[in-house]
Amino acid sequence: MQYPWRMRIVWLMLLVVAAGVVWRLVHLNITERSFLMRQGDARMVREVPIPAHRGMILDRRGEPLAVSAPVVSLWANPQVLGANLDQAKQVATALGLPEADFLERLEHLKNKEFMYLKRHVNPSEADTLLDHGWLGVHGRREFHRYYPSAEVATHLVGFNNVDDQGQEGLELGYESWLQGASGAKMVQKDRTGRTVKDLKLLAAGQPGKDLVLSIDMRMQYVAYRELKAVVQQHHAASGSVVVLDVATGEILAMVNQPAYNPNNRAVMSIDSLRNRAMTDVFEPGSTMKPVTIAAALMSGQYDPDSQVDTSPGFIKVKRKTIRDHRNYGVLDITGIITKSSNVGVTKLALSLPENSIRDTFYSFGLGQSTGTGFPGESAGILPNYAKWNPINLATMSYGYGIAVTPLQLAQAYNVFASYGLKRPISMLKQETELEAERVMPERVAKQVIAMLETVTQRGGTGTRAQVPSYRVAGKTGTVHRTSKQGGYDDDRYAAVFAGMAPASKPRLVCVVIVDDPKGEQYYGGEVAAPVFSRIMAESLRLLNVAPDNLLPLQG
Amino acid sequence: MADFQRLAPEARKHLRQGPGVWVRLKLDPWLLILLLAIMSFGLIVLYSGSGASEAAVQKQLVRYGVALLGMVIITQINLRLVQRWMPLLYVGGLLLLLAVLLFGVGAKGAQRWLSIPGLPRFQPSEIMKLVVPLTVAWYLASRPRPPHLTHVVVTMLLVALPVLLIAKQPDLGTSLLIGSSGIFVIFFAGLLWRYVVAAMVLGAAALPLLWMGMRPYQQQRVITFLDPESDPLGAGWNIIQSKIAIGSGGVDGKGWLQGTQSHLDFLPETHTDFIIAVLAEEFGLVGVCALLSLYFLVLIRGLIIAGHAAHPFDRMLAASLTLTFFVYVVVNIGMVSGVLPVVGVPLPLVSYGGTSAVTLMASLGLLMSIHARRPQRT
Repeated sequence: MQYPWRMRIVWLMLLVVAAGVVWRLVHLNITERSFLMRQGDARMVREVPIPAHRGMILDRRGEPLAVSAPVVSLWANPQVLGANLDQAKQVATALGLPEADFLERLEHLKNKEFMYLKRHVNPSEADTLLDHGWLGVHGRREFHRYYPSAEVATHLVGFNNVDDQGQEGLELGYESWLQGASGAKMVQKDRTGRTVKDLKLLAAGQPGKDLVLSIDMRMQYVAYRELKAVVQQHHAASGSVVVLDVATGEILAMVNQPAYNPNNRAVMSIDSLRNRAMTDVFEPGSTMKPVTIAAALMSGQYDPDSQVDTSPGFIKVKRKTIRDHRNYGVLDITGIITKSSNVGVTKLALSLPENSIRDTFYSFGLGQSTGTGFPGESAGILPNYAKWNPINLATMSYGYGIAVTPLQLAQAYNVFASYGLKRPISMLKQETELEAERVMPERVAKQVIAMLETVTQRGGTGTRAQVPSYRVAGKTGTVHRTSKQGGYDDDRYAAVFAGMAPASKPRLVCVVIVDDPKGEQYYGGEVAAPVFSRIMAESLRLLNVAPDNLLPLQG
Repeated sequence: MADFQRLAPEARKHLRQGPGVWVRLKLDPWLLILLLAIMSFGLIVLYSGSGASEAAVQKQLVRYGVALLGMVIITQINLRLVQRWMPLLYVGGLLLLLAVLLFGVGAKGAQRWLSIPGLPRFQPSEIMKLVVPLTVAWYLASRPRPPHLTHVVVTMLLVALPVLLIAKQPDLGTSLLIGSSGIFVIFFAGLLWRYVVAAMVLGAAALPLLWMGMRPYQQQRVITFLDPESDPLGAGWNIIQSKIAIGSGGVDGKGWLQGTQSHLDFLPETHTDFIIAVLAEEFGLVGVCALLSLYFLVLIRGLIIAGHAAHPFDRMLAASLTLTFFVYVVVNIGMVSGVLPVVGVPLPLVSYGGTSAVTLMASLGLLMSIHARRPQRT
C-alpha cells in the first residue's frame, strides 16, 4: 500500500458517511415514524359518510307514497380535471353538458377541489361513465326520492330537495324520523381521490324509519279526482277536501287544488305548493250555524221545537242590517238550520250569554291547532273580546268574523258525528284510539245531526249532497269572499259543504270547499254538495259501511 | 486402445492445476455475486415500484443482460492498451458532449441525449463517467507522485471541461459525480494534504459562485432541500412524500406490494430515482440495511482490488471507480431521505433504466479487468 494513512482516512470517511446514511434512515424509520405515518394517513385516509336510507312514507294500507332509490352523483376535482382539457371535453360530451359552459365553470372553480358534474344519475349509467377512468371524476352514492302518488298526495307528503332533506309537508315535519343517521367509514384514497379500499367502519348507519300515514290512497284518489273535476268545471281559484274517520280522528283523505307533481318541480307554481286544507283559512259562514245552534241547545234555553220569529226577513243590530233570502216567518230551531236563516241564529246568539258561542266554538277546536304537527298549519282566527259588540256576536253566530281551516271545520263536524266527543286529528295511522274530550252531551249532538239531515232532504239547501242508500247530514255554506280592498266582494264566493254519513251512525266526516267558482253556479249546495256526494258514496262503499237508507223492496 | 487415447486428455484435466473458469473469463466471482444479488433484489422492488408491471421487469432484465455482456467484453480489454488510446478517447468524448449541446435532444427542459443514425439513442455524459477517471489516471500515472501543482492544475482542467459541458445540458447530478470521480483519482495519486485543505477552503468560498451559476430550477431544488415545507405542493412534494414512505415502513416494512405511498400514486418516480423509498416502505429498515450492506461489500471488494493493483494507473482508477459507485448510493439515498438536494442520481443497479446500468457494469468490468491482471502473489 503506497499511502497507508490515506487509505485509512478514506475508510474512516466512508464509514462515517455510511453510518450517517444509516442514522438518517433509522431516524426516519423509528424516531419520526409516527409523525410520518400520520402525515401519510393525512394524505390518503379519509372519513366518508355512508348515506342512510331514508324511510318510506306509506298510506294506511302500505301503498308507498315516497320511496328512496339509490343513485350516483358524479363529481369532479376541478384541479385534476382542469389539468387535462382534452379529458374535460370528453367528460362534457359524455355527460351531455354544453362544452363551452362546462369549461368556463371548470376555469371558474380551478382553485376548488369539488364540483358536481351531474346529480342523481342512475347507478348503471354512472358505472358506464365512471368506467372511462377519467382522472379526477368520481361517483358518490346518494338517494333520490320518488313519489309514486305524484300530485295526488303531494300536499301531505311534501318533497325533499336534491340533498334528500325534507322541504315541505311531512317530509319536512318528520325529517329526523325519516332521515335516520348516516354512518361513516374510513377509506384509503389515491392521489387523484379514487377510493382504493375500505379500512374500517367508524359508525354503522341507522336507516330512517318508515312513516305510515292515516290516509287511504283509494279515497285520496277519489277525492282528488272529484275536486279537480269541480275546480276545472267551475274555473275555481282553488279547492280543498278533507275526509275524517269519525271513530279515530284520522285523516282518510286530504286533497287540494291547485296541486303539483313532486317528481317534476321545474314547472311547479308557488301557488300550488300549499296544503290549503291546513294552511289556509276562510270564513266558514253558514257551516258554523250548527255550532251556534248547539250552543243554544246546550244553554238549556232552547230545544229543537223552540219557535223563533224571523219575520220580516231582516233584523237591525245597531247600524247593521242582517238579512235572510226571504221572509221565513216563524221557524223552529230545525227550520233555522234547514233554511239557513241568518236572522234566526242572530236572535239565538243575542239571547245567549255573551261568551257562550265563542266558548262553544273554542271547545269544538276553533282557534287552536288540530295537533297534527304539520309544518305551516294554521290555528285559524277566533277573536275574544272582553266586551262583546252585538254586531260581532251576531256575525260570529253565522260564521263571519272568524276564520278556520278546512281541517278545523271537519274537526268541528266530527264533534257532532262522534256524538259530542272532540278528538285530536291525526295524519298518521293510529294503532290505539286517541283520548277524546267530551264537549257536548250526546243528546244535543244527535239533535243537531237530525237537524242537519233535513238540509239534504227535500226543501233543504243541500239536497245534492244525498248519497244513494245512505242518510246524509250536513250543511251548505256560500261565503262572501273578503276582497283585497277590505270588506267583501259582492260577486265572489266560496262554496262549502260540510257533512257526515251515514246519519244514523256517522262513520265519515267530509268537508268540501271550492273557492271562487265563476259563472252562474256558486252556492255551496250547487257546487260543493255534489262533490261531497260522490266522494262520500265511493268512500262508504270502499269501507263496506252498511247502508241505512235502502229503498223499500218493490211489491 | 483408441478409446483410451481419446479419454486420456479429458481425464487428466481434473488433475491439472491450471487457472479456473473465473480467471480465464477474467471475472471476479465476489463482485459478480454481489452484482447479481443487488440486481435481483432490485428487480423485486422494481416490480412493486413500477406498479406490478411485468413488462417493466422484463425490459429491465434485457437491459441487465446487455449490460452484463458489455461488462464481460470490457473485462477482456487490456488496460495497457486503453492507456495508449486515452487521449483520443478523451477528445472523442468532449466532441460528443459538444455535439449534445449543439444537436442534442431531450425532455423536461434538459438536452442530454444524442441521436446518431444507426445507433440507439444514448447520453454521452454516461460515457464520460468512465472516460474522465480514465483520462486523469492516464495523465497522472506517467507523472511523479505526489503530483506537482502544475499537474494538478492540468488535471483539474481536464476534469472541469467535461463537467462544465455536462452542467450546461443541464445535468447537475451527473456533472457532480464525474467531477468527484476525477478528484478521487487526484486524491489517490497522493495529493499533498496542504492542497487538499486548500481545495476544501476554495471550494467553500466558491459555493456562492456555484449558486449564481445555477439554473433557476437547480436553485429551486436547493431551496426546496433546505426547506421542503416552503413549497409542499410543488417542488417539496417529492421529498415529503418519499420521507413519509420511508418513515411509514418502520423496521420491518409493510410487505411487498403493500406500500401505500407508492401504490396510491403519492410517491413520484417510484421505479427510477425514488425506488429506495418503495424499498424502505415495503421492506422497512431491514430491507434498506440489507441493500446497503450489499453496496458496502461492493465498496470493500473494490478497494481491496485497488489495494492489490500494482500499476499506479490501475490503482487510482480502481479506487476512483469504487468510490464513485459508493457516492452514487449515498447521494441517491441522501436525496430520497431528504438530506441532500434532489439532483437526479439513480440508485445503482436498482433504478429502472438502461444507460446507467450499462455504465456502472462497465466500470465494474474495468475493476474486474484490473483484478484479473494483478501481480500474482507467490
